[in-house]
Amino acid sequence: MFSDMFYKVWDNGLIQMGVVETIYMTLIATFFSYLFGLPMGVVLNVTDQNGIRPTPWVNRVLGFVVNFFRSIPFIILMVAMLPVARFILGTSLGNGAVIVMLVIGASPYVARMVESSLKEVDSGIIEAAQSMGCTNFQIVSKVLLPEAKPSLINGAVISMVTILGYSAMSATIGGTGLGQVAIIYGHQRSKPDITWICVLLTVAIVQIIQIVGTHIARRTDKRVK
Amino acid sequence: MIELKKLSKIFESASGSVEALRDVDLTINDGEIFGIIGLSGAGKSTLVRCINLLERPSSGKVIIDGQDMTALSRRELLKMRRSISMIFQGFNLLEQRNVLKNVCFPLEISGVKKQEAERKAMDLLKLVGLEEKADKYPAQLSGGQKQRVAIARALATDPKYLLCDEATSALDPNTTRSILELLRTINQTMGVTIIVITHEMKVIDQICDRVAVIDHSSIAEEGRVSEVFTNPRSDIARELILPKDRAALDTAGGRRIRLIFNGLYSQAPIISQMVLECQAPVNILFADTKEYEGSIYGHMIVELPSDQRQADKIIAWLSNSEVVWKEEN
Repeated sequence: MFSDMFYKVWDNGLIQMGVVETIYMTLIATFFSYLFGLPMGVVLNVTDQNGIRPTPWVNRVLGFVVNFFRSIPFIILMVAMLPVARFILGTSLGNGAVIVMLVIGASPYVARMVESSLKEVDSGIIEAAQSMGCTNFQIVSKVLLPEAKPSLINGAVISMVTILGYSAMSATIGGTGLGQVAIIYGHQRSKPDITWICVLLTVAIVQIIQIVGTHIARRTDKRVK
Repeated sequence: MIELKKLSKIFESASGSVEALRDVDLTINDGEIFGIIGLSGAGKSTLVRCINLLERPSSGKVIIDGQDMTALSRRELLKMRRSISMIFQGFNLLEQRNVLKNVCFPLEISGVKKQEAERKAMDLLKLVGLEEKADKYPAQLSGGQKQRVAIARALATDPKYLLCDEATSALDPNTTRSILELLRTINQTMGVTIIVITHEMKVIDQICDRVAVIDHSSIAEEGRVSEVFTNPRSDIARELILPKDRAALDTAGGRRIRLIFNGLYSQAPIISQMVLECQAPVNILFADTKEYEGSIYGHMIVELPSDQRQADKIIAWLSNSEVVWKEEN
């Protein structure tokens, strides 16, 4: 049923390793993307014209940077950003470099996700907090983020799936994971069964992320009862 | 005491500027329930937001207890806001926090210890009659219950003033009445000065001591509720007390007389006397009366018979009586 190549690859644990590496890179990259993207999203929301501290120039500059990176196709961005990885890590090879690319590519995306989640928070609730004498920092930390939590979690699921997709593309510049297995063994050696196994495993991972994420988001949300 | 002096607010936008408030002068005394009534778009929401500076007035002064609010630093303003609480039409509870945590919220942000905050919050929930809902979430409550939680939350910082922005407009009449009763109790037992913004005369009527009528960005008239209610001087006050679009008024053909009950004639059966003595029928188009401290206040609109002689007879009878009346157009 499967090609000899498949059994060889499987017995050497390359596919299993690919799954682990894909998950590992996705998780690490998602973490760092939020580390940068979340504050950027907050700043975008807060400095917006209708935000709690409208600051047009900050909003415009950050908005431009985010749009700039978002408009570059990831596969091009990766190549273009190789020097940045070399600057940060001292090397442009390996998964470390790939994670840097993933974070550069995904942070602006995460920023927009966060911004739109925060925008969903009812302006009346923010006004109520202001009427109680909340500082802007308190509004962000005690109102905006907690109230937007379910939506933020949903956004994180979508971001994570996107990052997983990016991580597969990173095989073209030497990233490992299921993407690499599919390209090297499935594509370059014309073994469609290996490609399809990689597809199925990717789908399975995405499904698990989606189901778990949605479940957490729903359990967190106190509005539905 | 809250003093508004020559308060104006102009909203600038790309499509031009809108004058939301023009030269508003108002004084709200400590311990009273002060109503501000107006149609939507009249500027009343902007006015109430100028009191705690959620909206910064374009010109004029907001003086609270002798302190010019517009002159405060941001830090001082945030502190001052803790003594001026606010409740809203949409309740604005934190949806992801339970009832107890919502009431704790203002204490939490002012740095009160958790245990102490929760004890205080429970006391307030008892006051509004919702102690058994402490661990429920806003989504599990009815509108009236949500507003009670909002009131408990507003009282957490022991405010001196409570601003109510259309606080009962999303509630049914029975719930409205019970929320207004709660506000009155709070006013009487805790001495909180309450400012009520509404478009409904019955809200003003039920709890307010004094009222200001706002129309087209400025104050049209102001006075004790019983005075404004029985003898509205401005067109807008008349319109609010007696909505123009009442079908019964539009279909009526004959001359219309407004009888005003200002507490003097409540014991006498005026209409019956008039009809019996004049031997002429009248058509009652509208009546709205209210008891204040044992006397009847309010007004009634009657349509005179189309027969000119009979109508004149009634006018003559009214002129000779002590009834306050005037002809309506």
